[in-house]
Parts: sequence; structure tokens; C-alpha cells
Amino acid sequence: MTGPIVRPYGDITGDGMVQLSFTLPVPHGKRAEAAAAQLARRMGVDPALVVHSKPMGDDFTFFVVYGPVHHLVNLDEVRVLEREYPLLGPAEVNAAIRRRLRRPLVVVGACIGTDAHTVGIDAILNIKGFAGEKGLEYYREIRVVNLGAQVRIPDLVAQAQEDRADAVLVSQVVTQRDAHLHNTRQMAAAFSEAYPAGRRPLLVVGGPRFDEHAAAELGVDRIFGKGTTPGEVASYLVHAVSGGASVQQVPA
Amino acid sequence: MATARTAPHVQLDPVTVRRARRLARKVTAPVVAMARTHTTVSVERATLRLAGLTGADPQRVPWVNHLVDAVRDSVGLEHGIALPVWDALARDEAPDLLTCAQKAAAGGIGFRIPEGRDAARAARGARAAVSRGIRRIDAARRERDRLIARWGDQPRRPWIYLIVATGDIYEDIPQAQAAAREGADVIAVIRSTGQSLLDYVPEGPTREGYAGTYATQENFRLMRAALDDVSRELRRYIRLTNYASGLCMPEIATLAGMQRLDMMLNDSMYGILFRDINPIRTFVDQRFSRQIHARAGIIINTGEDNYLTTDDAVEAAHTVTVSQLVNEAFAKEAGLADWQLGLGHAFEINPDLPDSFRLELAHALLARTLFPNAPLKWMPPTKHMTGDVFRGYLLDGFFNLAGVLTGQGILLVGMMTEAVVTPWLSDRDLALQNVRYVLGACAGLAEDFHPPADGFIANRARQVLGEAVELLERIVEHPDRVPLLAAIADGTFGLMRRPADGGKGLDGVLRRAGGYLNPAIDLLEEGATR
Repeated sequence: MTGPIVRPYGDITGDGMVQLSFTLPVPHGKRAEAAAAQLARRMGVDPALVVHSKPMGDDFTFFVVYGPVHHLVNLDEVRVLEREYPLLGPAEVNAAIRRRLRRPLVVVGACIGTDAHTVGIDAILNIKGFAGEKGLEYYREIRVVNLGAQVRIPDLVAQAQEDRADAVLVSQVVTQRDAHLHNTRQMAAAFSEAYPAGRRPLLVVGGPRFDEHAAAELGVDRIFGKGTTPGEVASYLVHAVSGGASVQQVPA
Repeated sequence: MATARTAPHVQLDPVTVRRARRLARKVTAPVVAMARTHTTVSVERATLRLAGLTGADPQRVPWVNHLVDAVRDSVGLEHGIALPVWDALARDEAPDLLTCAQKAAAGGIGFRIPEGRDAARAARGARAAVSRGIRRIDAARRERDRLIARWGDQPRRPWIYLIVATGDIYEDIPQAQAAAREGADVIAVIRSTGQSLLDYVPEGPTREGYAGTYATQENFRLMRAALDDVSRELRRYIRLTNYASGLCMPEIATLAGMQRLDMMLNDSMYGILFRDINPIRTFVDQRFSRQIHARAGIIINTGEDNYLTTDDAVEAAHTVTVSQLVNEAFAKEAGLADWQLGLGHAFEINPDLPDSFRLELAHALLARTLFPNAPLKWMPPTKHMTGDVFRGYLLDGFFNLAGVLTGQGILLVGMMTEAVVTPWLSDRDLALQNVRYVLGACAGLAEDFHPPADGFIANRARQVLGEAVELLERIVEHPDRVPLLAAIADGTFGLMRRPADGGKGLDGVLRRAGGYLNPAIDLLEEGATR
């Protein structure tokens, strides 16, 4: 019965009804309501019913608007960009690690070079977490070794070997003269040298100035940009250590 | 204080309640003994701040850091900062404290640990200087009392607590003033992410924070002055809150006391568990900061909400009670009065659970009954806010209802866009409408709310208290000299294992030598002004 063409559903098929709310920096009154109706019409809501307007202080008004949109959606034209790994909750991550590794996943994290900004690595690793998600320490099946700031690359490699790290997470905030790119290449080279081919831990870097597509070029397995949450990193790690990525296969 | 109505409560066994308190004192006593035999770089820097040392070098390294580091490098800090510094001043190595710090930073001062009459002379000088800072804190407290008397205080409970966090103090100020005009009684300025791990306090007004604004002395001063302006306009004293936590807890408490902040977040174990700060560093810093808060008339807010966001709010309910009892015991030892204990708890039970609201009421009433004279801090749902803002708005309404019904003292306003965006102007307005509706419709409902002594709520409250007592007993039984440290090390709280010899800031902890002197601690413990 449903064809490829759809529009929003209020209470009758094809009515196109939507609701929206917003604030305009306009004092409450008829002029403000007319402005809200005009905005809604330009958004494709016509006729726009301004069902609620309320002053917020002297200079702002809050609106709730209902009305039909004339836009159509052709489901055949909808394209979904698939993440190469599923986003898992903490319980699923823990269960997956237990099932696939049969031991805790070991993550060693650090800020390398002269970078003293641990905001990024702490947001991902500390239990306090980021954006409402708990950090990797929270996951029962992940063992986190956070080395903190200004860690020398040889020390990082040594620690990763000592702890038999499955993954190494490095955060780079300071980017003067492309220090973050330089440091990352050096780190990748150091790990390649210290481990037999195909046996090195996953190398994951994160920071606000990285290009997320440059992983191969920098010699690492994955780059995470600004706004990455601990859950995304955990989901990726589970996916990658169980053979989803190009690195080591963990013996069963 | 609040209107003279019967405070809501559940019936608890007084013997169990006394037992819980006795166990909490037993758990905390060895930690206090440890705090009395150690000091930290931040305690010593706070002492210098009380003596009036402010400012930073052109690289923005504070002079208190320079001076403490210089003394530590030459004669060690085991005797405290006071003796070597005021001995150097008495020997005319520098004409004043600032010059002393500047010269010391360049290696230009020969410090020593004075003895005999020289030590007595240095101690007198240090006490005179540090007591000026203590008197400044006393004066700020008197000023608060005077302004509350003049402008009036919010008589209704709970107080409405709103957060601003733009990262820029000059943006925070109009937002905070607007929030006060919309009905907030308490304004909290969230700190920049990661400030808790800085081992220095930034200087001056700041405009670039990350998800919050840096806590600095100048930011404190600017915001307090702005809230004084709006308090005068509204004829209602608006309180200001910040964070005494992290590696600089003692210094931030000191700055807050001098700049007349009114509340400070100050938990006994938060930094250890959730920020991986060394346990000993935290407990030593915490005791000093609480002594300052006690003196300054500051209300502390503890962080029990964090246990529930990391663990299940039903299964881990008793860990909140244990933490509240431990926080109370530490606070009392440091000199804080009941009215200064904003003990925390939160509305974090999964709303899909049957009877979830009854369980929330049971937990909230347990806290209310256990701490009848503390202004409990009631924290809104965060964990089960999913992005469905409509459901979230309903959940916040139930949170507000539970707050009124169980007589909470400080209500942190919940935002329906929690976990979606930082609050918009309209989110804050809708949230305050929600609070005002519930407070208006149900203000006196607590009078009518007497859960039966053998009902679901009372039984659940007693069960949680029983589990809390069991956990305290397990901690006490640890065969360690400081059982609480052992319990923290083996993951008893918040699922985190934090060994006493690990974590950040350990290198800033020192065991006190026999002749250790800290005039700030002496003045605080004696209640003296000179």
C-alpha cells in the first residue's frame, strides 16, 4: 500500500502535518507571531498555525507551530551512509569482548610529544566520560592504562608491550606546525619497528584537527575527530579486534 | 528557614541510624589522621594565597606555584611553606612576598629551615600575614549576612539551582542575570572540562573555556558583583556556586571564601573515583578546603549523583547513602555545620522499571530522614534522558514532584534537552515553567504525605539503609591501616579501582616533618583571627 513517495503523517494519510518549536529574538506580540508564521511558510509549512507564543524576557518569543508541509520524500532516493561497525552499548561491548577475546581488552592511552592537553584522552578514557557517555574505564571488560600527558613515544611503545595492549589510543590537541601529524607518523613508525609484522596493537588517534580519512596516510588504523564519544570508540575497538580491521587476529 | 511544617520522613530504626553514623566515623577517622600527617603542594599554595600572594609570570604560571616549587627544590616542603618563606623575609632576602616569589623563581633566594628563635620569628610573621586572608574570609561572610538581611532571602524550599556554562565569563554574566530574573535562586558556573586536572589556578578574566568557564579569582569576583547587582534589583540574595574539586581544591576553596561565593561542589571521593586523582592527595586537600568552607559559611554540595550515573540506581542506592554518611563525617570533622551540608542524590532510576517513582520517593525520603537538618541537593535525571524531549519533560516533572514531596533543599533544574544540546534559552524557560507549576501546585503537599510505616516506601528506605550499614561494615573490616583507602583500591565505589599509590597528583603529596607549620590550619582549627 505504501509507495516510495511519503509525506509526514498527522492523523490522516497524506496530511503532511508537522510540529515545530523555535525562538525568535523579537519582543512578544502580533508582529512576532507574524514573523513566526512567515518563517514557517518559508520552511514549507503552509498554512502555518502559530498555536502558541510566549514571551521569554523582554526580547525573545517562543513559538509552537503546526501545519502541513508540501515536501515529499521518495524512499527510493534515500541513501544511508553505513558506519562499517555497529554502535554498541556498554553491556553489548562487554559481552562481545567476553565472547571474542575471552579476556579483558587492554587499551593504553596517552598524549604524546609536548602536548599537555589531556582533555581528549580523558574524555574517552575517564569514567566521567563525555556527552553523557561513560568513558572506557566504565566498561568491565576493558582494562585502561592512561599514561597522561607528554609521554615519549619510546615509553608509549614499551608500556604497550608490557601491558600487551590490544589498542593504543593517542590524543593530539596541539597542532602548531602540524605537530600532530608529525607525532602520529613517528608513533606509527615506532610501533611498526617494535612489533613483528601484523602483530602490533591497533593504533587509534584523535583530535580536533585531524582529517578522519587520513588514517592510512599516517600509518594508523583509525582517526576520530571532534565530538567522538567513548561509545563510538568502544564499538570500533570491538569491531576491529575481532577481525573487522586489517590488523592482528586474536587467537581464540 | 523553611516554613514550619512537619518535615517529611520515613520511620527508621534509631539504633540502625546511630550504628550507621558510628561506622562512618570509624571509616573516616584513619583518613583524617592521615590528612593531619600529610600536606600537599596545593595546601601550601593556598596558604600563600591567604597571605596575599596573587598574580602570575608572563607565561601565566602563578607566583604561588613558583614559590612552592622553589622551596620544595631547595629545602623541601615537609616543614610547610611558611617557615622557609617567612624566615627568608625576616632575613631581608626580599622586601615582600611577591618579590620573594619572583626572586625565588629565578633561583635568587637561599631558603633554609629556621630553628629556635629564628623559627619563632618566621612563625609569627607567617601567622600575621596568613591571618589577613582569614580575616578577609570572615569579612566576606559578614558581608553575605548583611546583604541577605538587606535584600532578603528566598524563603521557599527547594531553592532553584540553574547552571550557566558558555566558556566566556562575559557571556556567562548576562545569562546568569537573566536566569536570576527568571526565578533562579542559585547560579552555578560550570568549569571548563579538564580544569580539575590542572595543577595551578589560571589567572584573570577568561573568555575561552571548553564546555565551561575557568574558575579564577577574577571570574569569581566579576560574577559575584554581577549577581549582587541583580540581587539588589530583585530584592533577593542570589547565591553563586563553583567547584572546589580537582588538584587545586584548597586554593579554589580559598579564593571562593575571599570572593564571597556561597556554595561549592566539594565531594570527598569524586576526584578519586571519576577523575583518577590520587586518594591521599584528595583527602588531604579536601580536609583543608572543608575547613575553609566551614569558616567562610559556604554550603558544600556533594556528588553522589555520579554513583548513580555509572551504576544502577536501584542496585547501587546504598552506595549513595554510604557516600552521604562518609561526606557528613568528613564535613563535621572539618567544622561544617548541618546547614552547610548539601548532600547529593539523584533521580536516576530507569523509568521503565515498575514502581520506579515509589523507589525514587523511598530513596529521597531516606536521605531526608537521615539528614534532617541538611539542605539536600536533588539532581535531575540524566541517564534516562534519551533525546525524546517530550518524555524527558514528563520525567523532569516527576523529578520536581519528588523534590517537593520529600522536602529537598536545593533543586538542580532538569533540562528536557539533556544529552541533546547545551540548554537553549527556551529549554531553560520551559524547565522553569515545569518547576514553577509543580512548586505552585504542590508546595504544601509534603504535609499530607505520610507513607505508612509498613508500606513499600518505608520498607524500601529501611532496606537501603540496611545495605548501607552492611557496606560500611565490610569497609571497616578491611585489614588495612586505612580501610577506606583499601576499599577504594579494590573497587568498592562506582566500580572504580583506585590504589592509594596511583592516580594524578601523587607527586604533590608530602608527609609532614616533626616541625611542620601551617598557620592557616592553626587559625582555622583554633577559630582565631590573629
